[in-house]
Amino acid sequence: MKVELKDIHKSFGAVHANVGIHLIVPGGTIQGILGENGAGKSTLMKILSGFIRADSGEIILEGVPVHIHSPADAIQYGIGMLHQDPLDFPPLQVIDNFVLGRKGGLLADKRTATRDFKQLAEEFSFSIDPEAYVDSLTVGERQQLEILRLIWLGAQVLIFDEPTTGISAAQKVKLFAALRLLAQQGKTILFVSHKLEDVEDLCDRVAVLRQGVLVGVTQPPYSTQKLVEMMFGKEITVGERKPSGGSDVAVTLSSLSVEDYRLKIQNVDLQVRCGEVIGLAGMEGSGQALFLRALSGMTRTVGGRILVNGRDLTGRSYHFFKNRGVAFLPASRLEEGLIPGLNLTEHFIMAEKATGFFINWEKGRMLAEERIKEFNVRGTPANTVESLSGGNQQRALLALLRRQLTLLLLEHPTRGLDIESTIYIWNKLKERCQSGTAIIFISSDLEEILQYSDRVLVFFSGNVSLPLDAQSLTTEKLGELIGGKGWPEIAPGTAA
Amino acid sequence: MRKNIWVNLGFQIGALLVALIITTILLLAAGAPPLSAYWSVLQGAFGSGDNIIAILITWSPLLLTTAGVLITFAAGLWNIGMEGQMVLGAIFTTGMIRLLQDTGVPPVLIIILGVLAGIVGGALWATLAGALKTFGGVNEIFGGLGLNFVATALTIYLVFGPWKRPGVGSMSGTQPFNTSLWLPTLPGTELSPWSLLISIIVIVMVYLLLRGTHFGLRLKAVGRNPRAAFLMGVPTWQYSMFAFLLCGAFAGLAGGIQVVGIYHRLLPNISNGYGFLGLLVAMLINYQAVWAAPIAFLFAALNIGSVQLQIQYKLDSSFAGVLQDLLVLMVLLGEGARQRLIKKT
Repeated sequence: MKVELKDIHKSFGAVHANVGIHLIVPGGTIQGILGENGAGKSTLMKILSGFIRADSGEIILEGVPVHIHSPADAIQYGIGMLHQDPLDFPPLQVIDNFVLGRKGGLLADKRTATRDFKQLAEEFSFSIDPEAYVDSLTVGERQQLEILRLIWLGAQVLIFDEPTTGISAAQKVKLFAALRLLAQQGKTILFVSHKLEDVEDLCDRVAVLRQGVLVGVTQPPYSTQKLVEMMFGKEITVGERKPSGGSDVAVTLSSLSVEDYRLKIQNVDLQVRCGEVIGLAGMEGSGQALFLRALSGMTRTVGGRILVNGRDLTGRSYHFFKNRGVAFLPASRLEEGLIPGLNLTEHFIMAEKATGFFINWEKGRMLAEERIKEFNVRGTPANTVESLSGGNQQRALLALLRRQLTLLLLEHPTRGLDIESTIYIWNKLKERCQSGTAIIFISSDLEEILQYSDRVLVFFSGNVSLPLDAQSLTTEKLGELIGGKGWPEIAPGTAA
Repeated sequence: MRKNIWVNLGFQIGALLVALIITTILLLAAGAPPLSAYWSVLQGAFGSGDNIIAILITWSPLLLTTAGVLITFAAGLWNIGMEGQMVLGAIFTTGMIRLLQDTGVPPVLIIILGVLAGIVGGALWATLAGALKTFGGVNEIFGGLGLNFVATALTIYLVFGPWKRPGVGSMSGTQPFNTSLWLPTLPGTELSPWSLLISIIVIVMVYLLLRGTHFGLRLKAVGRNPRAAFLMGVPTWQYSMFAFLLCGAFAGLAGGIQVVGIYHRLLPNISNGYGFLGLLVAMLINYQAVWAAPIAFLFAALNIGSVQLQIQYKLDSSFAGVLQDLLVLMVLLGEGARQRLIKKT
């Protein structure tokens, strides 16, 4: 279906999120929508899918102007949207989710639905059990379910908002294959992303938004340089990668073993030098999160020792680790990292060691102002954390860390952030390394792992590789290891 | 920003009006002329010095329970068990006084020890609810509610059993204490300046605690996001337990003062609903401690004033409760509506 957006305007208060956007997408194409956080991509897509209404402008489908008032309207016209966080019903079964939203009688015809579901799933080579409960699925599988549901509802135009965030590499391959198939069937795909690599890899054409304005549409072959320029209006270069790390040992792990109900990680030996960066690679759920949480003291280890700065912390509590200079930054910023409802000043006061019984608000506010400036957080001391954008929340989290740290543990430090924020955050982290802090981080972005780590540990269903020199690795090689290939060379004795 | 303040005020006045309209309809349905009924409530509350003193007598325990509930609310906990904690305070106070009244200990000391025992009693009962939640996974609403029933049963057992009056036990309670063990009151009234003073000190303390201390800030952090608070270094369950303990201590204090200052004995229903009323006040003021004193005063005035409804129109005096509940409900509804509207624009 041919989609035409004509002179779309939308403002939120003083922010002009979409400024006169014109875009024509022919049927059967994969159209990339590229832009940094806050460029107006999501707003435009929400207008097309009926979640919000434009202040002015026209939407034309196959040459016919339409008025879309709600998501239900949109799907009537054949437009369906997959949101960044799947909007499904975790306590329900897959098949119930599938049937939901379908107009029909009081009783759903489950048998037909199940048959259709299986047929569609096969067509796209998804393997989801229709009887399974949604909360047992991975984010990637929930995405697949949502795709199938929208197609079954008759969607001709499918909008994907940052679909490669939070899914594994293998699921991404499947997703891209499915999208190409959908395009072949004549469906129109709108692919919203800030990941250059994904867009270049997949899209037939790319429209770039910057500060609410459509700055250009390009076609393959893409030039990364050009796309970055269009996104940011200026050239950004990734900082030179230089090996860091002194000779002092920050952390020693000796035959460390950790377990949870699914995974067993056994006998990990590792020495991390001060200022060194260790990247943990692996598909989500391969044990790296468990490993990281064990190093923070949150998960008790079942064997071996953890020495931080020469001091044995094995078996101690998270707070004990914290007081010995081990900091942990969780991936879910608003769920685990920050406290909604409290403002930045209050956060900074809490993060520092309390002195006295009463709070010195003036001092707290000054500290907040100083750190806000230093970390380039777009906000004021009185702003509550939930009013900040994702990138600014991440900067705030970094700003909250105490000065002297021996070990900094990070879960997906730049997930969901645009390139500018990512570079900024890594520069700040590198500053920490210079002052001797060792960093261990998890990322599902292979390039991030290779770019910023000195050494890499690869995880595969609880197996841990020997530390690999990041410079000797390539994305392809790392990708294979994550997928379980070539293990005997890097971790003798593990059969994968 | 300024505009927002006026919008908020508008919504609150709107909520008040709706509550009044519904109450008016109920009054009409009950056959009472609304305007004169309201007038008689006002008269009943502020018509004479005696009435104002009666309001202050009610205000004092209500301030204490409100203060307590503000602390548990800050920690994100619903301490429904404050009634029971008040009752336990009253029981402990009574027990301590019974223990000491014939020993020759100076009466002032007995009163002080009695009230301290009440504080301990309330704190223990609340800690029990807290422990049930922390270690047993029992939601504090269920735990607190259950413990309320246990506390009531315990009072009745004591009043009719071990502590019964000489002769036959009765619902009117245990044998009243000697007047030397009564909290001193202003001449010719039942108002104890001590009780008033303590309540005011407590509410000011709680205000300062929540507004200006590290403890208060951390408590709020635990209430809003326990997971993040833990990661930021706050020992979460200890803070929750301490919030319960403090809240229970204030409730126990209120119960103890009911014994030494008002009833001079233990009787069933000694908590008088102040625990629940405190919850209502805290909800109405949206957990802002600054407003506790005036709103608790308003509620106390409604309680006292509506006694007139019973005298003049044979309406049950719980009509005050109807108006109070409606007020809270409408303000909460108004807040919900406001947020929805703001989101839309």
